[in-house]
Amino acid sequence: MSKVAIEFAGVKKSFGNKLVVNGVSFTVASGECFGLLGPNGAGKSTLARMVLGMTRPDAGKVTVLGVPMPARGRLARKGIGVVPQFDNLDLEFTVRENLLVFGCYFGMSTRAIEAIIPSLLEFARLESKAHARVADLSGGMKRRLTLARALINDPQLLVMDEPTTGLDPHARHLIWERLRFLLARGKTIILTTHFMEEAERLCDRLCILDHGCNIAEGSPYALIEEHIGCPVIEIFGGNPQELSSLIRPYVQRVEVSGETVFCYAPDPEQVRAQLRGRSGLRFLQRPPNLEDVFLRLTGLELEK
Amino acid sequence: MADDFTAVLPANAWNWAAVWRRNYLAWRKVALASILGSLADPIISLFALGTGLGLMVGRVEGTSYIAFLAAGMVATSAMVASTFETIYAAFSRMHDRRIWEAILYTQLTLGDIVLGELAWAATKAFLAGTAIAAVAAALGYAAWPSVLYVLPVICLTGFAFASLAMIVTSLSPSYDYFVFYQTLVITPMMFLSGAVFPLTQLPGGLQRVARFLPLAHSIDLIRPAMLDRPAAGIGLHIGALCIYAVLPFFLSMALFRRRLMR
Repeated sequence: MSKVAIEFAGVKKSFGNKLVVNGVSFTVASGECFGLLGPNGAGKSTLARMVLGMTRPDAGKVTVLGVPMPARGRLARKGIGVVPQFDNLDLEFTVRENLLVFGCYFGMSTRAIEAIIPSLLEFARLESKAHARVADLSGGMKRRLTLARALINDPQLLVMDEPTTGLDPHARHLIWERLRFLLARGKTIILTTHFMEEAERLCDRLCILDHGCNIAEGSPYALIEEHIGCPVIEIFGGNPQELSSLIRPYVQRVEVSGETVFCYAPDPEQVRAQLRGRSGLRFLQRPPNLEDVFLRLTGLELEK
Repeated sequence: MADDFTAVLPANAWNWAAVWRRNYLAWRKVALASILGSLADPIISLFALGTGLGLMVGRVEGTSYIAFLAAGMVATSAMVASTFETIYAAFSRMHDRRIWEAILYTQLTLGDIVLGELAWAATKAFLAGTAIAAVAAALGYAAWPSVLYVLPVICLTGFAFASLAMIVTSLSPSYDYFVFYQTLVITPMMFLSGAVFPLTQLPGGLQRVARFLPLAHSIDLIRPAMLDRPAAGIGLHIGALCIYAVLPFFLSMALFRRRLMR
């Protein structure tokens, strides 16, 4: 098996006169979880579709599982499983029938599919729902069925476009747990997300996209160390402009986002001392995270 | 670019069967309602027009009007069944329910999907056309066993009209546009192809137009078979229907590629 699962080299794509991917390059190693992070419209989904050979790059090269895309997409897709942003399960069928029909698209025999359905249902915690209609499942169950469906061809590579968007926290944690289980079994995962927490928990490495450009790449820890590297104090409840000019001399950097002042403070006590005695302020001191990196790099706010 | 287009062509000779099977399994759940629904309309038309109008017009081209009309109804019902399957049901699978998108994640190509949909629409046309032919034969309006020759023609008619409708499906932004295809193409075609009255009743210009219509070619094959008469120009009619089946298939693949795989 090749060591490189996905390679993008200088990839560009425009729709009409809108440039959505502007010279993106990255490499995903086998067995790695790689995140494409960015706000809505950053080009994440377009990159995910390029991995599947469903969108042609205008320029640059995309190689997936050792073959050029989209020219030899069919060969690559035999080894890929997909969890799309919007569920596209077959609502006319039951849970079990969905898996049976989907396996047929990979040319599997009914007997071969029936043999693996129990393990897929167990993986997705849907054993008791085998004969339920898909339309009757909850959002979390549908996602888990989509994940089970993506595994039917025993893929080396999983492509996930915002796998937990729209799920409640409980359902989201269950998906994360299942994805870590797959990573432990050696699968490669590429996922797009705009949830910082998801990227921090799951991804070995990630790249941050903004306006179609790859603006930073590395492990979550390395990116946080490199770009922030000190505790963060969030201050709410005062005039953000006034507060930021007051504490600017005592911190490494200060940024205002909405009504919140973000202070990147190697010495948090100094900041607190400056603001002591002011009423109506609320403080939150915490370790730095990916969202801080993103704010730093783009000045844009992401959803938590 | 050319290399990319070969990537959307059918990958092999059997991949399409998985798409056909998916549609068959979904249809099986509602088979009875579907069959009754699609047969009621043409059979009611056949008997209402056949007996009602038949009394007034008497014999047509040397046979009873209802026997003349039966052949037209077999071809028309095949046309309507495969057209509707393609513009409404396949459009829904492609557009609203994103089932095609899910299939494109697998080793199937766009060409495999379109071919599977065409085969499925032709299957529904075959069911609809065959049922009318069977009713007509049972009531003595079609000759046995020459009526058996209509079976492959119904199938080919289904393919040709599914293929034509696939172009409409690939271009249409929403369901609202399908009514134009129905009212401006499908319905006039029924009147211009000799389904309900002989082509000789049409003015000369329209008769020349009719020579190019796929339904006219289909009826020219079906009517002689049902009435056990010698057919003329069999090769021409089959060739015309094949062209209508094959060329739009390739055109619709190119259009779907532009729509779904930008």
